[in-house]
Amino acid sequence: MKGWIAVRSRVLPVSFRLDRRVPPVLVGLSLVTLAIMVVDVGVGEYPIAPLEVIKTVLGRGESDHDFIVNTLRLPRAVVAALVGMGMALSGAILQGLTRNDLASPGVIGLNAGANLAAVILLVLVPSLPIQWLPVAAFGGAALATLLAYTLAWKKGSSPMRLILVGIGIASLAGAITTALITFGPIYVVSQAMVWMSGSVYGRSWEHVRQILPWMALFIPLTFGLARHLNALHLGDDVARGLGSRVEWQRGLLLLCSVALAGASVAVAGPIGFVGLMAPHIARRLSGPSHEGLLPTAALVGAALVVGSDLLGRVLFAPYEIPCGLITAALGAPYFLYLLYRTRKA
Amino acid sequence: MSRMLISVSLGFLLLFGSFALSVAYGVTSIGLPDVIQSFTAFDGSASHYIIRTVRLPRALIAMVVGGSLAVAGALMQALTRNPLASPGIFGVNAGASFAVVLGIFLFGGSSLSVNVWFAFLGSAAGALLIYVLASLGGGLTPMKLAVAGAAITALLTSVTQGLLILNERTLDEIRFWLAGSVAGRGMDLIVQVLPYVAIGLLAAILMSKQITTLSLGEDVARGLGQNTALLKTVALVTVVLLSGSAVAIAGPIGFVGLAVPHITRSLVGTDYRRIIPHAAVFGAILLLIADVASRWLINPQELPIGVMTAAFGAPFFIYLARREVKRS
Repeated sequence: MKGWIAVRSRVLPVSFRLDRRVPPVLVGLSLVTLAIMVVDVGVGEYPIAPLEVIKTVLGRGESDHDFIVNTLRLPRAVVAALVGMGMALSGAILQGLTRNDLASPGVIGLNAGANLAAVILLVLVPSLPIQWLPVAAFGGAALATLLAYTLAWKKGSSPMRLILVGIGIASLAGAITTALITFGPIYVVSQAMVWMSGSVYGRSWEHVRQILPWMALFIPLTFGLARHLNALHLGDDVARGLGSRVEWQRGLLLLCSVALAGASVAVAGPIGFVGLMAPHIARRLSGPSHEGLLPTAALVGAALVVGSDLLGRVLFAPYEIPCGLITAALGAPYFLYLLYRTRKA
Repeated sequence: MSRMLISVSLGFLLLFGSFALSVAYGVTSIGLPDVIQSFTAFDGSASHYIIRTVRLPRALIAMVVGGSLAVAGALMQALTRNPLASPGIFGVNAGASFAVVLGIFLFGGSSLSVNVWFAFLGSAAGALLIYVLASLGGGLTPMKLAVAGAAITALLTSVTQGLLILNERTLDEIRFWLAGSVAGRGMDLIVQVLPYVAIGLLAAILMSKQITTLSLGEDVARGLGQNTALLKTVALVTVVLLSGSAVAIAGPIGFVGLAVPHITRSLVGTDYRRIIPHAAVFGAILLLIADVASRWLINPQELPIGVMTAAFGAPFFIYLARREVKRS
């Protein structure tokens, strides 16, 4: 077949095929992401040249750079990249499963659940130390999606039902969040607003350690399931006809989606827009087949979040804009440009 | 058609009931005879005065807002053929919130009557921007409308949130408005927006037959000889008139525009000639009941009505999703 590259391993029982566009796109995106990360680490109150940044990260830089780069700025950039990957992959899985262009981690109640848990923690039990925030947020996200999945179960799952039930759960959680925000003390509320807009401010290696295991487990698992996602994307009947164990595979994919987005939201708050737009952008770059789409989406997500963090720090310095607010400002125009350039819808 | 007559009159009965409840219920309890007398034989007493200047406008606003949002939502779902679509995806809420927050941020204080105009203009501007973007590059398609809408909405929301984070005073001042509320609005507000709402509702009912055809798909509609481009434009203008008015008087109340069309569809089927009038009535009922509950729950304070619409609508919505959606 023209336009496809088949990849087979002689050793491992693995084979997949990629759209011919995918390898150059992946290489290009990786370079772009790394470049943005280097700039992100270099820019700040104490600017460091890109080459120095790379040297310092590799352990060959000046000693006074070491603290700034390796302790303060690098973990933040790494968290941003991982969070971007997590949200983007989660969105790509959900859009694939539901075949809905508007699907994102938000529509199955994930963000709303995390928000509610975080706001409850901040407003109702302010005595609890802030370290519990990620745990609470992850718990809230997991609980909300589990509730949506359970309530949507009726002799089997259905993506449409899951979305609708998820929206119901999200609006309930959102309503309680709004009530708490309307009546909470204003200083706590504005703290909650910052968290809810999504930010990687002040994230350290501790946060990297929290999110990394999830990513290390679920990103490869997701890539491994890409072929099944392709089948499910064609609809339940076709997938079943192709020999898919529909419920089992859909459940597994949903689990990946929730774990990735949940871990991301836990460390950085619900960074919006990435989960919705990164898959769309990726689809324009490497086509609809999920073997290529998933890694592309992950890199697009990483580039988006790191780039947004960079812009958020630079734009109104010394004030910082949470990167969750920039993702939309940065991603929307590019996304619209792609939408019109390809001219098919 | 007789079935339609029965269901609509049943709807109106319910509507009247919740309307009466909304007018009669409040911190000052006023008996039903007094309520009726305040219209038939106004004597200038405190209770009559409360009914006429506080309760009645409030109930009317809840009704108008609920009906408008529900009809606008039904139109949006038909146009985009996406069950997740709501007036919000067409930028009206995000545009209104952005304009109001920007107004307070730039000019300091705010008042309800100024917010109305900022909100209306903001929602119209948001919708126009999305419409233009979605029409670029070879005509308006449902997919482009949904996606451009989602992008612009996300953009406006994030800028709004940024303004609120930078300025705590604005947040404190506006957070009740942002949750949606029908409290403290006078009769003059309704009079201001009523023409727009009336035109919008009338237009929606007049084109309901064409909307049904369009909801079957663009190709089918064109094959049946429909000028789909014109119809879509008119329908979108209607959405802006209805939801723009609603957000102008009551702030961005979520969920009504999304859930009520679904609820209506599950009760009366897929014909928009039935959906639109029913959605208007159900939306009005939902908002009236939500308003009563928002006053009652933490009496004498009150919850934002947007909180209550979700609290009431969501369980029912989940129930319907479970009952109705059999396949993907």
